[in-house]
Amino acid sequence: MSSENLDIAYVAKLARIALTDDEVERFGAQLGDLLGHVATLADLDLDSIPATAQVVESRNVVREDCERPSLDRETVLNGAPQRQGAFVRVPRIIGQA
Amino acid sequence: MKYEAVIGIECHVELKTASKMFCGCANRFGAEPNTLVCPVCLGMPGSLPVPNAAAIEYMIRAGLAFKAAIPEYSKFDRKNYFYPDMPKNYQISQYDMPLTQGGVVRYWLDDGTIRECRLTRIHLEEDTGKSTHAGSGDGRIAGSSYSLVDFNRAGVPLMECVSEPDLRSAEEAVAFLEMLRRTLMAIGVSDVKMEEGSLRCDANVSIRPVGSETYGTKTEIKNMNSFRSVRRAIESEIARQSAMLDAGERIVQETLGWDEANGTTISMRSKELAHDYRYFPDPDLVPMEISEERVAGVRATMSPLPIERFERYTKEYGFNIKQTTQLIDAPEIAEFFDRTVEVSQHPQQTQNFVLGDLSRLANESGVAIHRSPVSPQHLGELVALVEAKTINSKIAKELLARMWAGEGSPKAIVEREGLAQTSDPAALARFVDEVLAANAASVEEYRAGKSNVFGFLVGAVMKTSRGKADPAAVNALLRERLGG
Amino acid sequence: MATIAKSAAEIARAVNARECSAREMIDATMARIEAVEPQVGAYLSVLERQARESADALDARIAAGERFPLAGVPLAVKDNLALEGTVTTCGSKMLERWVAPYTATAVRSMLAAGAIPVGKANMDEFAMGSSCENSALGVTRNPYDLQRVPGGSSGGSAASVAAHEATIALGSDTGGSIREPAAFCNLVGFKPTYGRISRYGLIAFASSLDQIGPLARSVEDAALAYDAMAGFDPMDATSLDRAVEPTAGTLREDLHGLRIGVVKQFDTHKLGADIDDVYDRALHDLEALGAEIVEVELPTADYGLATYYLIAPAECSSNLARFDGVRYGLRVEGADVAEMNERTRAAGFGPEVKRRILIGTYALSSGYYDAYYVRAQKARTLVARDFAKAFEKCDLIAAPATSSPAFRFKSKSDPYSMYLMDYYTIPMSLAGLPALSVPCGWVSPEEGGPPMPLGLQLTAPLFAERPLLAAAHAYERATMHAAKHETQLPEAAR
Repeated sequence: MSSENLDIAYVAKLARIALTDDEVERFGAQLGDLLGHVATLADLDLDSIPATAQVVESRNVVREDCERPSLDRETVLNGAPQRQGAFVRVPRIIGQA
Repeated sequence: MKYEAVIGIECHVELKTASKMFCGCANRFGAEPNTLVCPVCLGMPGSLPVPNAAAIEYMIRAGLAFKAAIPEYSKFDRKNYFYPDMPKNYQISQYDMPLTQGGVVRYWLDDGTIRECRLTRIHLEEDTGKSTHAGSGDGRIAGSSYSLVDFNRAGVPLMECVSEPDLRSAEEAVAFLEMLRRTLMAIGVSDVKMEEGSLRCDANVSIRPVGSETYGTKTEIKNMNSFRSVRRAIESEIARQSAMLDAGERIVQETLGWDEANGTTISMRSKELAHDYRYFPDPDLVPMEISEERVAGVRATMSPLPIERFERYTKEYGFNIKQTTQLIDAPEIAEFFDRTVEVSQHPQQTQNFVLGDLSRLANESGVAIHRSPVSPQHLGELVALVEAKTINSKIAKELLARMWAGEGSPKAIVEREGLAQTSDPAALARFVDEVLAANAASVEEYRAGKSNVFGFLVGAVMKTSRGKADPAAVNALLRERLGG
Repeated sequence: MATIAKSAAEIARAVNARECSAREMIDATMARIEAVEPQVGAYLSVLERQARESADALDARIAAGERFPLAGVPLAVKDNLALEGTVTTCGSKMLERWVAPYTATAVRSMLAAGAIPVGKANMDEFAMGSSCENSALGVTRNPYDLQRVPGGSSGGSAASVAAHEATIALGSDTGGSIREPAAFCNLVGFKPTYGRISRYGLIAFASSLDQIGPLARSVEDAALAYDAMAGFDPMDATSLDRAVEPTAGTLREDLHGLRIGVVKQFDTHKLGADIDDVYDRALHDLEALGAEIVEVELPTADYGLATYYLIAPAECSSNLARFDGVRYGLRVEGADVAEMNERTRAAGFGPEVKRRILIGTYALSSGYYDAYYVRAQKARTLVARDFAKAFEKCDLIAAPATSSPAFRFKSKSDPYSMYLMDYYTIPMSLAGLPALSVPCGWVSPEEGGPPMPLGLQLTAPLFAERPLLAAAHAYERATMHAAKHETQLPEAAR
């Protein structure tokens, strides 16, 4: 594990956060530091250890297929930064999902 | 050079649960925009998903239908990417432990040949909302200046089904999709309507010289809105790739959109970033454990699959492909047919009734066969009566109309009204003699060589017997009396 | 007569007995808020109108014969918990004007028990921080020394209860965000077992670690709140579907027969003589109450921080992706959707949130997932196993809640030094264990100012909230550390 490959601009693009040049430098250094600290995990022998995603071992928690009331549309649309009629409006989309 | 196409299909199928995948909003097509939304499916801060039990059961059904493995342990993962109609900017999906693994789709071509296409996996995820691209006039994404988003579809349970590259032609790809559709419809997990978007598919297409074992560079085709466009798009893409290879050009791996109007595939703008979905186990959901008992329980509730019917109808019953497909593609009718055959024990005669008189009655009345007063039990009785020559087809027709009107068991009617065919020779002889005596002129004509009078005489006998005489016996006796 | 210095149990008894009305309690609380809030800054919004309406409604129901375990208890709600119709900001510009259209399950439970939300408490933005200084929307001061931080991320929750602006506060704890501010503000802060209290309506930071819990001036009050909130919620698939036994009536006065583990790796000598003395005395007090002190080991304790600072940011990077300027919250326009997203997130998130999103995005990204995220998940397994092994030798574990008392504003400039504040609380979070901080003494900071409180952290095995609260109660009753010093604020009416 090392931080030398940390491409902060690429990561910021993935995370959709615009960074100033100053932030690129500052965050780059701080994250490099942190990665140095977390690199201590390399000391542990973890090869045969299972990963823990959740501490509590519940299984099959589901709900019955029942319809429940939805929210009032005006509440939803009025909470949106921009609406147009019954829709939420966003700037143009470039590229497919 | 002669090329062979290598095609794999990836399709998304919306499950027809009552509510969405992770919340209680209705799963319904065509509602007013943004009326079927709640904090959960809008990804509002603090909301949490809880999986729909029915959607998981539907997945088990689908897995069983395609002989897939249903692993004992499965989980949900998050697929992270930004898109404005995806409320959380991650999609709850399944990465390395899907609900079903492997499997095979056995499908038939128009000539009845059965082919196989292996499945890689089927996994469960949530659908996104829908963006309408506006400001450009034509609703297309290119050139639009803004988009309008409707989140009604966001969170609808979606099954993603990925095939192995086992398909070799557009015809096979379409037959595969048709099979997938009829199977998912038959097991009741989806409406599978391409026009409503409950079935959406992409095709991966490459070509290679015939005989080659290695794969060529593939392209992915999106935006195919009907089976017809799937066929046209794949054919067009195969032609395009062939022409390129023939011209010594290289195929570029890319995503193509199918342009229905112009009948061509067009390159879609490649994204700035390569896909880096950062999958990880969704910490808001707990793993699923599907026991063998549970799988067996689901299996027990499933009716015969289309492919099973296909093989039974064509091989055991000897039906032709057209009739077979017609029956299978109306699962309720096929179910009605199967249950009728259990009673009648005569598949061909049953099929004649179901696709013939019964379908006609259904069409005329607008009432579906399986909802009509005619039960499989009663139709089975009727077929059995005909087959046993207890009644003739004319009586059978009349009885069917009365059954349709709600009169119930044909057996009971026949017994009550003494409608059983008369095969008593003495009674038949009496009817025949009576008719011959009353129609001396016709008899003369017949003997003079006008053989078409025979039919009239048979009809007269049937009429005299009030339809109960066995027409074959009447025929035989008449010929005998008339001296051959 | 409504006296806001009373305990929740006393208030509920008085309101149920109609010796004082819920409305009087709320009026008195509002007066207190008006008097001290300019100095403390515990709240991002005060729910004056709603609180009075709720109080009147409650009084009517009590008059009709109903009784409530937390009748009329003024409640502070951390501003990452949704309360329908109120602005729920998470301490962020991103949600500065977002009105929640629904109510968190935990808050509903408190409402059903008769508690009355009086305000939404300040917090580190998206619960990321240990001082409340990362709030984008306001400064909260420690009532015991207004020059110091109240701790975080539930800093406003802690300050509101310490300042008598509420009797109980709801907080959330991901790596120590209830326990640390409770220790800094002379309170009991309780993080139950992961999953005990529904997270539905808690704006997620790190879903596999987040847990709601109470901050209160006594163990008994914390237990009453816990009893009201614990239990399975069909809206949260990770909430525990197992029986919850009430704790409030089962608190004990001694610790006979209890084995309390002291972690070898948590050497308090390095915290300085004053602090070391406080924790030494705490162990003696526990012993004097009948507990047997045994040494236990947590060999992976030192890896907790590294593990946490991969898992929590990874989850947060995904959880916070939804703040994109499309459906709610802030939007900064851009030429296309991606640019709008990027600008919105640049303007809406503060530096600490950005740092964690970036590190988490990196830890999950292609090529680094196994090296960072999976490794951290495996280390998490080891941490949990360490605790399981330690609990073979003891019933509870005693440890410091923090490595220092509350510090002065702007004294931790480097992010990592702030992360170190959670050194003692993170391992328990990773293992999902119930843990609380209870006042255990005071130290006079080297840099001057009034004496500041310290917290003793007690940790129990999974699901063992009952013995945990019982032991904390016994210790609290025997030592009464909380009562030894006053805040810098005018005294609250008793």
